[in-house]
Amino acid sequence: MMIVRLALQSLLNRWVTALLTVLAIAMSVMLLLGVEKVRTGARESFADTISGTDLIVGARSGSLNLLLYSVFRIGNATNNVTWKSYQDIASMPEVSWIVPMSLGDSHHGFRVLGTNTDYFSHYKFRHGQSMTFASGGPFKDLFDAVIGADVAEQLGYKVGDKIVVAHGVGSISFVEHADKPFRVSGILAKTGTPIDRTVHVSLEAIEAIHIDWQNGAPVPGESISADQVRQMNLTPRAITAALVGLKSKLATFKVQRRINDYQEEPLSAIMPGVALQELWGLVGTAETALSVVSAMVVATALLGMVTMILTTLNERRREMAILRSVGATPATVLGLLAAEGGLLTLAGVVLGTVGLYAGLWLAQPYIDHTYGLSLAIDPPRPDEWLKLVSIVVAGFFAGLLPALRAYRLSLADGMMVRI
Amino acid sequence: MNELVVASATTQREGARPLDAVSFADVKYSWPGPSPFTLTIETFELRRGEKLLLLGPSGSGKSTFLSLLAGIVVPDQGRIDIAGTDMAKLSGAARDRFRVDHFGIIFQMFNLLPYASLIDNVLLPLRFSKTRRDNALREGSLDIVAKRMLLALGLDETVIATSKASSLSVGQQQRVAAARALIGAPEIIVADEPTSALDRNTEGAFLKLLFTQSEEVDASVIMVSHDESLEEHFDRVVRLTDIAVSQRGVLS
Repeated sequence: MMIVRLALQSLLNRWVTALLTVLAIAMSVMLLLGVEKVRTGARESFADTISGTDLIVGARSGSLNLLLYSVFRIGNATNNVTWKSYQDIASMPEVSWIVPMSLGDSHHGFRVLGTNTDYFSHYKFRHGQSMTFASGGPFKDLFDAVIGADVAEQLGYKVGDKIVVAHGVGSISFVEHADKPFRVSGILAKTGTPIDRTVHVSLEAIEAIHIDWQNGAPVPGESISADQVRQMNLTPRAITAALVGLKSKLATFKVQRRINDYQEEPLSAIMPGVALQELWGLVGTAETALSVVSAMVVATALLGMVTMILTTLNERRREMAILRSVGATPATVLGLLAAEGGLLTLAGVVLGTVGLYAGLWLAQPYIDHTYGLSLAIDPPRPDEWLKLVSIVVAGFFAGLLPALRAYRLSLADGMMVRI
Repeated sequence: MNELVVASATTQREGARPLDAVSFADVKYSWPGPSPFTLTIETFELRRGEKLLLLGPSGSGKSTFLSLLAGIVVPDQGRIDIAGTDMAKLSGAARDRFRVDHFGIIFQMFNLLPYASLIDNVLLPLRFSKTRRDNALREGSLDIVAKRMLLALGLDETVIATSKASSLSVGQQQRVAAARALIGAPEIIVADEPTSALDRNTEGAFLKLLFTQSEEVDASVIMVSHDESLEEHFDRVVRLTDIAVSQRGVLS
């Protein structure tokens, strides 16, 4: 016991270097575990971008393309879905609900989505969470708009503000629907999904602002005012995509096949979960790179520790000679130094783990709010425990390196070293 | 080969037992390596309870002699008996144990673990030697025994209770080292120029205290030095050059 106490006292005697070493290891462990947390958090947030929707229907295209434009607002639809097809799908007996989506316009770079109020209740994210309104409510009037949290924040909008929608999806647009401005009727709470960056209007409004347009441009001299348009039939001719919820998940494949085989026009139906996995597979290489980098940081920290122990070794030859003179075998000296390496690493790992959880606990609400990334504060999983234990074992073996040198020195010096 | 024993007037004390504490016979040892150094000792004895001063200029093979004595190295030829045991026959670890059982060692300086308390420093050998621990335990609890030894060597109570080894003067440090060498009553105290960093007065006082305690436990003391003025304190003085032949270069 006294030997252990002496080893600890010896470390305390060199507490500055020891502390720095422990801190370096702790930081590296924090990084390693942190990357892991962010990785799983990102993966889950990503997979949770859309939930509760069984099928996404759009014009015939690849599943990734459909997923990207319908859920992530990236890229464009290859073609539209006619209103008749939409109604046919809606009337299928297995279909419980269907929400239309019409894309193609934008507001200061934010996509405008034409839909109906069902969207707000049926679109789910993050384990079936529904959208909530931070202020205001869903659109009631034809020219009402509901904006996402990021839109409101970046453009400084509040309920009641007037906005003008631009044609096309570029951030700078030369063709605007300036004659038919919208009023912000509601602002959605932060979701951490592309919803935050979307301006939602009703499907009829999309129809209304394009009613006097042809081939993507206003027809000169045929302008129809905002008041006139209210009297007209605003049933859309086509939509971009639709979200479909089924009565029973068992029917998913059947309905999917039926939509894919739809005779009137070429359509695609995808399962969002499957497409998301496919997409993550593409992004996944980056996460592997992150893991590799953080593992290398841990290795660097251990190298630093070995350097630290090696540099103090010379000063400690005297200490070892004393121990040898009072009967410590070279093996004891070896053990002491190896234990020191293990002990420092253990301290670093414990400190790093505690530090990470403290940091997570402090930063989680902020990260969730700002980046929409929900980082789970749960105990380390088995593979993480394995990593932590491996680091301590590696530390012990790294400590053996200087220990072996000390062993040789102490064999050569015996106890007669004069320093 | 000449063996010379300079016996002082007070040589054989009455309590000394006939058995030699140390005996060398036809010992030959060469340091390996690029600049070999060979030491040959035909015969050398240290009697039980004897206080012996081994004089030798630096470079005369003192370190090698001490390494042989303490069993750090094993002779290439010949035999060294310590308290009746041939150390060369013991394994490395057994020699380490044997050493702490039978030897108390005092270095020239820096004898102590600077971060440990005085008591811990004194008790260090008892952690490795059961024999000496049992010896010490016969006199009371270990802390008490260590403290008593420190007091006997002239350290005062507040210093013992409050100091770390690093805050002591050199003289005080050497006393703690002496206490560590003596605790648990090993047979042989080996002191390697323990007073070289002390002034004359402190030196005399230190040796007096050391001998009082070594007599108490009937230990032999062998002290290595180059300082001839220390002669008066010892039973016997031996010059290393008289008992040993040292030679640089490879032995033919």
